[in-house]
Amino acid sequence: MSDPRFHLALRMGDNSLILAQQNSKWCGHAPTLEEDIALANVSLDLMGHAQMWLGLAAEIEGEDRTADILAFFRDTDEFRNSLLVERPNVDFATTLMRQYLFDVWHLEQLLLLSQCPDILIAEISQKALVEVEYHRQRSQSLVMKLGDGTVESHNRMQEALNALWSYFGSFFEDSIVDELLFDLKISSMPSSLYPRVLKQLNQDCLLSTLKIPESEFWQKGAVQGHHTENLGYILAEMQYLQRTYPNSKW
Amino acid sequence: MDVLTVKSIVESVPDPEIPVLTLGDLGVIRGVHERDDEFEIHVTPTYSGCPATRVINEMISEALLSAHIEKFTIKKVLSPVWSTQWISESGKAKLEEYGIAPPNPGAKGPKSCPQCKSISVSEISAFGSTPCQAIWRCQDCLEPFNYFKCL
Repeated sequence: MSDPRFHLALRMGDNSLILAQQNSKWCGHAPTLEEDIALANVSLDLMGHAQMWLGLAAEIEGEDRTADILAFFRDTDEFRNSLLVERPNVDFATTLMRQYLFDVWHLEQLLLLSQCPDILIAEISQKALVEVEYHRQRSQSLVMKLGDGTVESHNRMQEALNALWSYFGSFFEDSIVDELLFDLKISSMPSSLYPRVLKQLNQDCLLSTLKIPESEFWQKGAVQGHHTENLGYILAEMQYLQRTYPNSKW
Repeated sequence: MDVLTVKSIVESVPDPEIPVLTLGDLGVIRGVHERDDEFEIHVTPTYSGCPATRVINEMISEALLSAHIEKFTIKKVLSPVWSTQWISESGKAKLEEYGIAPPNPGAKGPKSCPQCKSISVSEISAFGSTPCQAIWRCQDCLEPFNYFKCL
């Protein structure tokens, strides 16, 4: 098997890349101007993180691939993002809940990786961490306001949480790569993050009057490249230009 | 040309989005080194995805070329991570004068309105026209203003 750090960098990069692509579809369509700007700015930060992670993955691999080649010339089964980020936007409630769940996981993951003995992984994590703290502050406060808002906003946030829940578990799926990363002391097992993440969710949900689903049936497979149908549509749109006109530049 | 001269050329390049600040004020120039007749400029990004990062590199190149320095490379360094604490005191004063409230560490928002100095201010939008800014409003003079948020 190739260097497990390559897979870790891909996983981090793909999560940020796919969510940035999804969020940016709201540009010009968000319910308020402030949210429009927020979604675009969060996407921009995530795109920056994706560029750093995929750049690192390319460097570790050492086969002349670049961050751009990794983003535009891989197929769905080569992507390592979680199933949550590829869920369709649906409506603002779903988009916001997806962002919030992602931010809670992302923050915990980056906190761990910023202590990593591998200097390159630690540096990118520290850089991303300070920006992600701001992302979580925003999504957390909005989830609270809408969860504890009107009957309509509460119901829609709860429905979004219920619908996304089984895909959220995809962040905590362990694989052989994770065992190797664990042995090298680079990263802990994804499943070990779950109690910390759940603690945060429980605190926030208490205040937002939302109820965390009891089911712990998780959709799995993303770590092996088994994705939901929607990732194909996302990639088709994202990769179209480079696939049609390879290596074209702005 | 010596390292110090090159450093002062690079540090006096204006920020492309907030031209009242120089790259020196912003604290993104992490060092200039000379190796075999070639200068290596170390630059750190502000926000990860900020489009100004690329423009900053282009502007550094232009400034050096117009000073007839042709042998140089620009290297991106991530560590130590840039935060708003890297902005110089004179940079913060320039921001305030320009109408952008400077970062106010340890607080949730700006210290005061950059126009009338009232401390009665409220947030309009957590994000603004550039990744580094949020939009706030003064409750006294009612003017909206940009806040350079803490990172």
